[in-house]
Amino acid sequence: MKEISLHVLDVIQNSIEAGATRVLIDVIEDQARDLLSVVIADNGRGMSPDLVARVTDPFVTTRTTRRVGLGLPLLADSARQSGGTLTVASAEGEGTQVTATFGLSSIDRPPLGDMATTVGCVLAANPSLDVDYRHRSGEREFVFRTADIRERLDGVSFSDPAVYGFIREYIDGGVRRTEQGGDVSPR
Amino acid sequence: MVKTLDDLAKIRDKAKEALSQRAGEQATKIVIGMGTCGIAAGAREVMAAILDELGKRNLTGVTVAQTGCVGLCDKEPMIDVIKSGKAKVTYGRVDAERARRIVAQHIVNDQIIGEWVIGTKV
Repeated sequence: MKEISLHVLDVIQNSIEAGATRVLIDVIEDQARDLLSVVIADNGRGMSPDLVARVTDPFVTTRTTRRVGLGLPLLADSARQSGGTLTVASAEGEGTQVTATFGLSSIDRPPLGDMATTVGCVLAANPSLDVDYRHRSGEREFVFRTADIRERLDGVSFSDPAVYGFIREYIDGGVRRTEQGGDVSPR
Repeated sequence: MVKTLDDLAKIRDKAKEALSQRAGEQATKIVIGMGTCGIAAGAREVMAAILDELGKRNLTGVTVAQTGCVGLCDKEPMIDVIKSGKAKVTYGRVDAERARRIVAQHIVNDQIIGEWVIGTKV
């Protein structure tokens, strides 16, 4: 994957296939510790301890159309190459939390990429999903919550292309202001 | 211009108006392969291009959905176009540019782009 945001999209597909109705995404750029951490947590059906232990093995998958699953192994590899790690925590019936860390200044770290399009596409195809996306960089923070938007949409779906366009620009603006400074509070 | 939550009101009102106008209209569905293979091959950009094109053309009667890997990873990004009452048409190796042309030619003008089709199913 060329961007970390594509891994995020991929992990969220796992959440959706696990029946999740709520997904939390946390991106933290920690300059002091030279760490980029990306957390994706869901309330899906979760995994047994046995499956969690083997989940970064490419020859483990829950699907039946083929015998390999490359999503998490690719993310683990990408994290490791930049000096980071991948941790998967899960409880059956409760949900799963995937945490990937990367060396923030490592030249082997893929760019975070287009988080706005990732979140926008997830919502367009899964309009009833609740997503909270929090992006922190140093002291600055941007928070996007579908609950805030849904209230204002008054029944209009996240699958509406105009709503997608808005979400994309709104998140993109928020992330840019967080990364580059300036007023980040969404007005 | 910075987008604020207040800008949503305009979008909402327009969408509601469009919704009432197309009551009873036949719907079209586009399904995009969003497995690991699809995403690695560019499915997100395909989906973004389709949503952008639908928005520009005000085609609100089209639903965009996603599916996982269907086992033809080397043909990704793949999209299905399902028009009501017609066979499902599957396009393979789609990119953003092709996706926009599929919206213009197949969705709007009802002309299947044969050279990109990898399968049809009733």
